[in-house]
Amino acid sequence: MTGFLDSLFNGLALGSVYALIALGFVTVFKASGVLSFTHGSLLLLGGYLVAVLHDDLGFAGALALAVLVTAAAAGVLDRLVLQRVGGSDPHAAHVQTIVTIGVDIVLVTDLARRIGGDLLPLGDPWGSAVSDLGPVTVADSRVAAILVSAAAIGGAFALFRFTPWGLALRAAAEDREAAALMGVRLTRVRTAAWCLAGGLAALAAVFLVAFPAPGLERTTGQLALKAFPAAILGGMASPVGALVGSLLIGLTEAFVAGYQTDLHVLGEGFGDVAPYAVMVLVLLVRPAGLFAAKGAVRV
Amino acid sequence: MSDLRSLLLRRGPLLAAALLLCALPFYLDAFWLRIGLFSMAAAIGAVGLGLLSGTAGQLSLGHAFFLAVGAYGYVWLAGEPGPGLPPAVALVLAVLLAGAAGGLFSPVAGRVKGIYLGVATLALVFLGHHVLLTADSVTGGFNGRSVPPLELGGFAFDGSGPGLTVLGVPFGAEERLWYLGLTLFAVTWFTARGLLRGRPGRALVALRDSETAASVMGVHVARYRSAAFVVSSMYAGLAGVLLALSFRRVVPDYFSLALSVDYLAMIVIGGLGSVAGATAGAVFVTALPLLMTRYADQLPLVAAPGSGDGSIGPTEASRYLYGAAIVAVLLFAPDGLHGLARRARARLRRRAPAPGAPGAGPVPSAAASPVTTDTTARAKEHTP
Repeated sequence: MTGFLDSLFNGLALGSVYALIALGFVTVFKASGVLSFTHGSLLLLGGYLVAVLHDDLGFAGALALAVLVTAAAAGVLDRLVLQRVGGSDPHAAHVQTIVTIGVDIVLVTDLARRIGGDLLPLGDPWGSAVSDLGPVTVADSRVAAILVSAAAIGGAFALFRFTPWGLALRAAAEDREAAALMGVRLTRVRTAAWCLAGGLAALAAVFLVAFPAPGLERTTGQLALKAFPAAILGGMASPVGALVGSLLIGLTEAFVAGYQTDLHVLGEGFGDVAPYAVMVLVLLVRPAGLFAAKGAVRV
Repeated sequence: MSDLRSLLLRRGPLLAAALLLCALPFYLDAFWLRIGLFSMAAAIGAVGLGLLSGTAGQLSLGHAFFLAVGAYGYVWLAGEPGPGLPPAVALVLAVLLAGAAGGLFSPVAGRVKGIYLGVATLALVFLGHHVLLTADSVTGGFNGRSVPPLELGGFAFDGSGPGLTVLGVPFGAEERLWYLGLTLFAVTWFTARGLLRGRPGRALVALRDSETAASVMGVHVARYRSAAFVVSSMYAGLAGVLLALSFRRVVPDYFSLALSVDYLAMIVIGGLGSVAGATAGAVFVTALPLLMTRYADQLPLVAAPGSGDGSIGPTEASRYLYGAAIVAVLLFAPDGLHGLARRARARLRRRAPAPGAPGAGPVPSAAASPVTTDTTARAKEHTP
């Protein structure tokens, strides 16, 4: 029973961190139609900044600065590079998606060169402390991950729902031309969406490398790829879908890892790839994700 | 006679390129031949991906998986443990196996579209990598397996066996494999161009531009989407076999997501939807890191490999250049190297008649011709 509760809790913690990343994917996709492959390197950038700054600024200061800088980097990337690619081509979003791959290669190469073979600690206040939560022992960092993610995601949903920018974003996602005619500045809405996604990625980096993970390493950015299935599962244009998808992916990963001995036939380390298997199965049944809007094609 | 001349004019460049490629092993050393071999293998795979992502518009990040199926299929079929078939048979079966793997994915490929398909194919790479690591008895696990050399009618494509000397040049593994690669690449080049210029190519382009319109015109949407996947995987399988033969050892870590991204970069840098473009992109992406590593000590700003941290080594330098090249190509030449070449040709053609008409002068001809060249360029946009 404790095994079950352990896995459940780990799954929720993982899922909430994936949700931070997946929400970034979805926000960017809603605003610009681009699948951001740069997300992994933005995440690495956020983590790297916290790692090098926390000695001077303290953890909270470093995190705040890292979130701001990463958000700004994402915004600059969108405004100065992506928006200049493709023009009025109907496939512009696809072309921009490939540009994000190029940017990702450059950024990851540079950060990996700086990090080298080291494991950088982030200096987070939770350390390796654990507490007893009923019958299970949980890591404080995971509790913090769940709480902070819930707060950040709640904040993001409030932004979508109650602010003029959120309204503009939803309008632009619904019908780009109509929104533009109503006075929505598409480029600004889009850049702001990229900034939000960048900030969320930096925040996620902290919890991805916190205990029990060993620390920030050059491959940390690749963990962002696991949020792809989460975002796709829910349907790329649905924030709620991203949330549900992330929890599903987190729980899948934790349970497959927790019951590894019973799933021996699938091979060691199947937990790492189980999210992708779940995603393929879901896409077979619902080709546009669980929460996709009913597709109607205008001819 | 004039027929022959026009034929020569039309086919001349291709013929010259083929002759040059056949002559190269007599002049280049093993290092350059190896670059050429890897480039040819990459070009075969890139042509396959170009067919799928460039022409049919189906974003695929799973190309590494199909390369792996081809490579491991060949190794298992031709080697021990395994059925130990004759290598030539194993090659053909490996290509068919890769095609079958593509076919098995068609329930997804036929329905899932655009970005969703891209991420769904991502799953293939990760699941495939997991299988390669865990199915020890077939794949050899983490350390991979060594590749049995190809043999055709008693002639082995490796350095062993009786020595062979042609025109005073000893033919080792690289020289022999070069001609094998060249043959396979020629097969790829002509079949892919034939496919693209014929009915299937037009159907795929129609599908890419508008699925609804294409299906109204009588294109069977799901069937063509799946078929594009199967054909593309078969090219990937062939590339995988050639890569395995050149590496002489296959390991799971080579067939990672980074490899898929490399292939995507090749067709984007080369120019989507063109066989020649995919080839040019493949050569660029494959040769760049190898050349940078070889000439690291002569390049400014680049340190020799392993000279302390903080400095930019050749691997990093080539990664920077490679990432920047993707961004720059899409920013300034969205139709890739192929588009650049086409525009350069159009400009040459525009300039060529000017000296022949001294009265007209260059200015009016330059003012009059853009209209015509523009329309020809646009009409050619989607032809390979």
